[in-house]
Amino acid sequence: MATKVLMEALSPTMEEGRLVEWKKKEGDPVAAGDVLAEVETDKAVMDLVARVGGTLLKQVIAAGTTVPVSALVGVIGKAGEDISALLEGQRGGGAEGQKPAKSAPAPAIAPTAPATGAVAPTPAAPATSASSDRLKASPLARKVATDRGIDLRAIQGSGPEGRIVLRDLATAAPMAAAAPSSSLPFRPSGAAYTDVPLTQLRKTIAKRLATSIGPVPTFYLTAEIDMERAWEAREALKALGPEGKISFNDIVVKGVALALRQHPACNAWWQDDRIRYWNEVHVSMAVAVEDGLITPVIRHADLKSLRQISAESKDLAGRARERKLKPEEYTGGTFSVSNLGMFEIDQFTAIINPPEAGILAIGAIVEQPAVVDGAVAVRRRMRVTLSCDHRVIDGATGAAFLRTLKTLLENPLAMVW
Amino acid sequence: MAQFDIIILGGGPAGYVCAIRAAQLGLSAAVVEKDKLGGVCVNIGCIPTKALLHSAYVANLVSHDLKDIGVEVGAVKTDYGVAMRRSRKVAEQNSKGVEFLMKKHKVTVIKGTGTLLPGRKVKVGADTHEARKAVVLATGSRVKGIPQIGLELNGSTVISSDEALFLEQAPASLAVVGAGAVGCEFADIFNAFGAKVTLIEALPRILPLEDAEASDAIAKVYRKRGIQTFAGAKVTKAAVGKDKVTLTLEVAGKTETVEADRVLMAAGRAVNTENMGFKEAGVQLNERGFVKVDLKTLETTAQGVYAIGDVAGPPMLAHKGSREGVFVAEVVAGQHPHPIRYDNVPSVTYCHPEVASIGLTEDQCKEKKLDYQVGRFPFSANGRARASNETDGFVKIIRDRKYGEILGAHIVASHASEMIHELAVARENEYTVEEVDLAIHAHPTLSEAIAEAALDSMGRALNI
Repeated sequence: MATKVLMEALSPTMEEGRLVEWKKKEGDPVAAGDVLAEVETDKAVMDLVARVGGTLLKQVIAAGTTVPVSALVGVIGKAGEDISALLEGQRGGGAEGQKPAKSAPAPAIAPTAPATGAVAPTPAAPATSASSDRLKASPLARKVATDRGIDLRAIQGSGPEGRIVLRDLATAAPMAAAAPSSSLPFRPSGAAYTDVPLTQLRKTIAKRLATSIGPVPTFYLTAEIDMERAWEAREALKALGPEGKISFNDIVVKGVALALRQHPACNAWWQDDRIRYWNEVHVSMAVAVEDGLITPVIRHADLKSLRQISAESKDLAGRARERKLKPEEYTGGTFSVSNLGMFEIDQFTAIINPPEAGILAIGAIVEQPAVVDGAVAVRRRMRVTLSCDHRVIDGATGAAFLRTLKTLLENPLAMVW
Repeated sequence: MAQFDIIILGGGPAGYVCAIRAAQLGLSAAVVEKDKLGGVCVNIGCIPTKALLHSAYVANLVSHDLKDIGVEVGAVKTDYGVAMRRSRKVAEQNSKGVEFLMKKHKVTVIKGTGTLLPGRKVKVGADTHEARKAVVLATGSRVKGIPQIGLELNGSTVISSDEALFLEQAPASLAVVGAGAVGCEFADIFNAFGAKVTLIEALPRILPLEDAEASDAIAKVYRKRGIQTFAGAKVTKAAVGKDKVTLTLEVAGKTETVEADRVLMAAGRAVNTENMGFKEAGVQLNERGFVKVDLKTLETTAQGVYAIGDVAGPPMLAHKGSREGVFVAEVVAGQHPHPIRYDNVPSVTYCHPEVASIGLTEDQCKEKKLDYQVGRFPFSANGRARASNETDGFVKIIRDRKYGEILGAHIVASHASEMIHELAVARENEYTVEEVDLAIHAHPTLSEAIAEAALDSMGRALNI
């Protein structure tokens, strides 16, 4: 009787594995415990071990192929045994097309538990809940999610048996709006973000930096921006009438959002074992309230016009002071802006709002002598300081983001270009 | 000194249920009870009043409605004493039932008044008992008078439900002060047993916590039945005589006088938090006099001491206390029970017809400025209600306009108490009005009115 060799969950979070290299050829004798192949998991490259002895009759997938956990990768049996029945249904689709877990037959692995330990003796139900047909959610939660464009598959339910109920949607962000027709280097995928597991290098950097400076190892970059043109643009808009009145903060928020689009590395969350690079830009804006501060979020700020940003920021700031913000209005930001310009602060450093990786501190716009075209002139200048979580953003990455921001603010037309 | 995992002060519906759940989870449990097991609910509350209300229902049925349905009896005579003794028997059976449950689950019952000592200890008489994991305060509540205006409970002319439940005969006339659930139920009972009943409520409506439409429906039925009601009435003076009480009321700027043989006080209850060592053991009360608890665990300000039932705060309902009992037992056993949804506790008044509700009233929806839509269905359009000659009442469902969430539901019906749970289940599981309608309702039933009210909220009721 031939035995199937299945892709095993070699780490607790593994959902699929890439077969890097077969260590046994078809026809090779194998003993239980022999390494059959090397598999790259989400964490590392691990050995896939034979659970029974015999002959490797078939390599079902080729090296380099990625398959979900519990997919069939090979067959072990007696030399010459007919295994066509076992392979039935595996043809045609090829490795990529294999159905995960639920349609796969029960694995015939030996009782020795795989690396995952006691949690899942049969890998019949891997963590790929997204592939399950039945999504547990209350009818009300479904309606609200449909209305707000929330992807329920991305939500962890808090009801009985993980059922998604209304309160679970409170902090969920809507799915990406229809992809903008811009040529900016953002992934047009539907997902709101991309999780990138930490490399060993990244892990070590994170650990060492955190040991040195505190839980969020921060460094600071300051730049001075010439706001002369932004000033003119604002005056010009103001001349259009009352609805043209926008604040410098609105212009900075817009500039930051657009710069983040070009520098996704700064639009990210530190998630302990991974970095979440957001494909959406949600700018948190620090607002002082009576006994503290709160950060309402301008969602999809990169896709919004200055006018929208201005209206939204007025509304959010107003309601923030009245303490009337809903939780979903002050959570889920991907980057923060803190402005003390109105208090005539020239320059300051802001504290990062985790899990976000960066915050920009905006100083006052001050008339200063500056050299323009080889002559000293009086210019309106503004100092901004970027605080970066060094585990996510490196010096050069942060500097490049600041340079883009500077270009955008010094040439406001570039923001609508 | 005896040791238990959990010691519960009070054997009412919160305490005894907590003990059973704790025992199920493998904890050794003790209940301290100074009186009969089952507490106010079983002995002098929910259960005996329901027995009397059944007598009242039958009395009304044979006195007024029988001829129409083809049954004739001779002259109808009622006897409150007989009804009272039957209600005592029912209460005793229930209390015995709780005793049996305690034995079945090997819960130790300690007779006496418990005093809380610091360090999770409880003193009963000369003995001190120690709880290894938790002490649970389930000491309940009691009736109260209004001594400020001369209405001090005296056990003869000014009485509470405690005495009303043991009267040998119905008084010739009775004034009921307070028209919440208790006041309305006793008005219903004594009216059926021939008393001239006056019902007095300080707030603008009888059943003031219910939806205004429910209040109005009951007020109308009571008027028809000869119960005089004064809502928005303030008792300004009480002259308590030997066998008569004269109340002076202020209603809408006018002064009214009510004379009655007895006055039944049904205006609120006081929680039992005094003289049991709570304060000394570090258990603080909140500004409303209830024991202060952390709603996430129901733990009081004293570590390892929990509070459930009436002492832990409103609503002061047996079923809310029982749920808290289960919850605390699970917390103490190290589980993570599902949080209690205090906005989803049904409330029932067992007058005739009954009033049952869950969630928000329409006035509350207005106050919260919610965007809502009301669906209604009257029982006069329901086949089963017509067949049973019980067409008073309606089902009212308030839904959120956008998503169809059931914000509140209100039922006035002969069996409203049994019908409300369909909507409790719907709300607990976040079903919207659509799912309520999609569940096929048997025909002919009163419950069809629920599906119709759900449909009506979407503008498509079928049978009206």
